[in-house]
Amino acid sequence: MNSLTGTLALARLALRLDRVRLTVWVLGLSVMPMGTAANYFKLYPTEADLRAVSDVLTNPSLVALSGPLTAVSIGALTAWKIGVTEFILIALMSLLTVVRHTRTEEETGRLELLRATVIGRHAPLTAALLVTALANVTIAVLIALGLMATGLPAAGSVAFGLATGLVGMLFAAIAATAAQLTQSARAATGIAGAVLGGTYLLRAVGDTGPTWLSWLSPTGWALHLHPYADEQWWVAALFAGASALFAWAGYALVNRRDVGAGLLAERPGPVGASPALRSPLALAWRLHRGLLLGWTVALALTGAVMGGAAAGIGNMKSPNQQLTDVLTRMGGNNGLTDAFLAAIFGITGMVAGAYTVQATLRLRQEESSGRVEMLLATRVGRLRWAASHLAFAVLGTVLLMAVAGVAGGLAYGAQVGDVGGQVGRLLGAALVQLPATWVLAGFGVTLIGLAPRHASLTWAALILSVLLVEFGALFGLNQWIVDLTPFAHVPKLPGAAFTAAPVLWLTVLAAGLGAAGLAGLRRRDMPVT
Amino acid sequence: MTEAIRADALVKTFGSTRALDGLDLVVQAGEVHGFLGPNGAGKSTTIRVLLGLLRADSGTARLLGGDPWRDTAELHRRLAYVPGDVTLWPGLSGGEVIDLLGRLRGGLDTRRRAELLERFDLDPSKKARTYSKGNRQKVALIAALASDVDLLLLDEPTSGLDPLMEEVFRQVIREEQGRDGRTVLLSSHILAEVEALCDRVTIIRDGRAVETGTLAGMRHLTRTSIQVDLAGPATGLDAMPGVHDLRSHNGTLRFDVDTAELDAVLRQLTAVGVRSLTSQPPTLEELFLRHYDRAQPDAKHRTGVSR
Repeated sequence: MNSLTGTLALARLALRLDRVRLTVWVLGLSVMPMGTAANYFKLYPTEADLRAVSDVLTNPSLVALSGPLTAVSIGALTAWKIGVTEFILIALMSLLTVVRHTRTEEETGRLELLRATVIGRHAPLTAALLVTALANVTIAVLIALGLMATGLPAAGSVAFGLATGLVGMLFAAIAATAAQLTQSARAATGIAGAVLGGTYLLRAVGDTGPTWLSWLSPTGWALHLHPYADEQWWVAALFAGASALFAWAGYALVNRRDVGAGLLAERPGPVGASPALRSPLALAWRLHRGLLLGWTVALALTGAVMGGAAAGIGNMKSPNQQLTDVLTRMGGNNGLTDAFLAAIFGITGMVAGAYTVQATLRLRQEESSGRVEMLLATRVGRLRWAASHLAFAVLGTVLLMAVAGVAGGLAYGAQVGDVGGQVGRLLGAALVQLPATWVLAGFGVTLIGLAPRHASLTWAALILSVLLVEFGALFGLNQWIVDLTPFAHVPKLPGAAFTAAPVLWLTVLAAGLGAAGLAGLRRRDMPVT
Repeated sequence: MTEAIRADALVKTFGSTRALDGLDLVVQAGEVHGFLGPNGAGKSTTIRVLLGLLRADSGTARLLGGDPWRDTAELHRRLAYVPGDVTLWPGLSGGEVIDLLGRLRGGLDTRRRAELLERFDLDPSKKARTYSKGNRQKVALIAALASDVDLLLLDEPTSGLDPLMEEVFRQVIREEQGRDGRTVLLSSHILAEVEALCDRVTIIRDGRAVETGTLAGMRHLTRTSIQVDLAGPATGLDAMPGVHDLRSHNGTLRFDVDTAELDAVLRQLTAVGVRSLTSQPPTLEELFLRHYDRAQPDAKHRTGVSR
């Protein structure tokens, strides 16, 4: 038996376990560039339209957010608009997949069972990388074909698909190394995710200041491939070299450690609980605080960057009429900047919705892991236990949106010289999204209470919301279909008038869904695994 | 109140699986009650019904004088539970989990906690994710044993412990027996453990209690192994009721005898004249094997012995 024996069997197992998850990732990531390009063909039919919008995009905040625009063309604009999003998402998909099939399996002890069968030492890591590579190659090919299908040049389409796939593979390799370092899968994901965040920041700083910094960042390399603008194919070699290096490091570390062990020693914890750790809520705080902190930082940065970018919109010299129309349609009718801000906070609301879903489903995680059993055998009742986690789903999202609103208001207000006024206005624009996120939480609770095995469908509700709001108009869907998502009903602040009715009924709907779920939770068997 | 637990005709189905099929269980207050059965017999399901985690489809359960489904919070003040498969929060240390569970139960005896940590040789500063199965079980056990409760529900609590720790566990449970009024329901498939600790035993199979009573009482239902040298030929021994597997080797007789017939058989032996005799008491093992011998048809298991 050599060190790779059993790789294919493990890869098949991983594909079987991930069939739904990976399919969703692959389809989502493949469709977005094509959809964006098709959208732009409709929006900017003439060269003049393109020029007008391109002028706006030189705004430093937007450059920091998405990189510089490399040429004035539909292709370059598409690559600019969707590029960074695609790169971050494919990196996340890859690192999550690799960690899930390596460290998570090891942490839960399942790998030990497998390793005792005819499975080589390197088979689990190789299988994880193979499966991730398969997903990346599929995405790269589908992106290239999809972009070509919209009528964009072949070379640029291939370059963009390639860039996306290469970012994915590099982060798969980085995760392969990270997964060897710690005993905990969460910590491994954290390390790989921190590398991703770091490369994004390096690129953002590099693109607005010293360019060489962006050459240190893999997300920067992907932009330096210059899809649709004199493609620099040799940049692909950088990816290949870096991926090989990290993959090699991963394998080298596998050889040096025991099954289940990490290279970074686990720090000892306290020998007893602090006096505060005496309630379900205190326990929930321990379990949620890391996640909440990470999200708070991320949304503060997002708010600040967007607020900064908004100031540039107002300076636009020759506003493109159709762009104005689109933004107005997306965001209200009171000035272009307000429309932009309203659109941005609409998206931010859905981004924060991801935290809401994550925090809500923590309930289900506690149950299916079996941890809830010992807890519910104490005086803690089911409702109190559920409330301890839902407090974070509901109030945590309030914190996130408030932080985004205040950061946006400070950045925008500082540039237009009206900090006091803008903080209030943008805080309102941010907070008005909350009822829609609560509906997501309520839907999650309903599933947890009444159909616990299908609770992860809450993610589907969020993804569907994003697709309907972002692409619904583009694909010419009926308004009543788009209206299925709670986010379609949020008043478009700032700009549009605030209407209390939708905010109220969304809140009532969320409360009703939550109550139905909690009623089910009280009656049903626990734990359902 | 003399009954800490009473379950009558509990039925619980999961889809097409009938996990509990008319289970009866009575645990007297103050006793250590063994709850024996192989994996999948319904032990954990019974305990979860008693905890109010699962709702029985039919039948009734009473726990410490209350309804486990309705009076959950009040009852849980007075009991501690150790699940068969202990999972902990990976980022919390063992000590934190012990304190947290103790406080959520309504208080922890800190002297007892320190003593138990010492005896079970557990490092409370390790993060839960680094604990082995045995160590996770110790965390749950210490949290349960250091709480001042009336009832301990222990679901296969030693399945991950090494023999040394199993011995510690037995000592601790024996001490619990001395404490006034504390009841223990100990589910297990380890017979030696139950034999060593329990006052009374209920054996379950396929979601039904097939045997219940004191160990002494159950031994009447089993066979004693006899090895004897006789002064003369043992006539008629093989024809006596209750004698099984009679073999003779160099003048030494070996046979098994139903414990109920022991007296009559011994009279017969002494009538011939006994030179030496060894007898092996019946073990729970045999009783167990007879109930779980799948080759046997179902029909006999209610009556225990019948031939």
